[in-house]
Amino acid sequence: MKYFKLGRYALVGATVLGLMAPAQAQEKSETEKGIDRYRELIADGNPAELWDMEGEELWKKKAGPKNASFETCDLGQGPGVLKGAYVALPRYFPDAGKVMDLEMRLAHCMKTIQGIEPKVAEYNKDDHKKIVALVTYVATQSKGMPVNLPQAHPEEKRMYEVGKRAFFYRAGPYDFACATCHAADNTRIRLQGLPNLTKNEPAGAAFTSWPAYRVSNSQLWPMQKRLEDCFRQQRFPYVEFGSEVTVALSTYMGVNGKGVKSLAPTIKR
Amino acid sequence: MASPMRIRAKAQGDVADVRVLMAHEMETGQRKGADGKLVPAWFITTVDAQHNGKSVMTAQWGPAVSKNPYLQFKIKGAKVGDKITVTWQDNRGESRTDEAVIA
Repeated sequence: MKYFKLGRYALVGATVLGLMAPAQAQEKSETEKGIDRYRELIADGNPAELWDMEGEELWKKKAGPKNASFETCDLGQGPGVLKGAYVALPRYFPDAGKVMDLEMRLAHCMKTIQGIEPKVAEYNKDDHKKIVALVTYVATQSKGMPVNLPQAHPEEKRMYEVGKRAFFYRAGPYDFACATCHAADNTRIRLQGLPNLTKNEPAGAAFTSWPAYRVSNSQLWPMQKRLEDCFRQQRFPYVEFGSEVTVALSTYMGVNGKGVKSLAPTIKR
Repeated sequence: MASPMRIRAKAQGDVADVRVLMAHEMETGQRKGADGKLVPAWFITTVDAQHNGKSVMTAQWGPAVSKNPYLQFKIKGAKVGDKITVTWQDNRGESRTDEAVIA
């Protein structure tokens, strides 16, 4: 019965395009409504704000051998400009000669501006703890802004292509690819919806969902940590901080999600 | 030193809605660390909320409260511009006080 109904809506949608969106919206099941309600309840009082506050302090505080703050750090919008930086990263930086995401760029600024050789190998240890807080602070400044990754530089285009390939690349003991879970509509594992990352709206929502506070382990996860976990779930080798493949995959997601309004920082189960 | 709280207070009529987010580990004392030893208990024991210097709510907390606790309460008869002060104290004797003005 359910399938028949779905099929009929799809047919109506195909003939009368304007009606397609509301028809799909009505299709939300009771379970999905329940999940939405749960998300709404936990969204109030997101502890990510604590990281945001810590990040702000770190951004403005002078530190390192050069006794400098991050306030001259160029995140792509000019030195010290925070607004809109998060929604336009990863991007190519001529001073570094490569495409960097927000986490790498902050590590780069820590090194070049503050003179600290960043210890970021382990999640939430040493300097990585600072990166996590700074990422939350910077991302918060772009809340509600549309995703707009630059694709003018050949390196940025190459990153997108590499990301696309990595997304569909099947490997590992399970013969898995990102696409195995994230290239179809309306699927989920238990309570977790699996966004179709090849489509604009879900890709943008997923891209701007990180950094997020995770209720299950009280940790704040930036994008690289989330992607590392995707690799773990696929039984792939672990990726290191600043690995090109994580930058490529977030570029792929970000470009696919162009125009979607940023949600970060969010709260997840 | 303990990290700051985030306090937001908003007046709706003669009632103010206060929302507090505290940064605290809230260790129960039941968990084991990577070394196999128990992680010592460390949690908030009392929370005190003051409205213009007058105590309007005190709470006794224990290890069942989550990490980075979120607290919401309403104050009757509070106006825009009034001062809200929240203080917590934990079982190690540490404490933290933060202030906010009702918007």
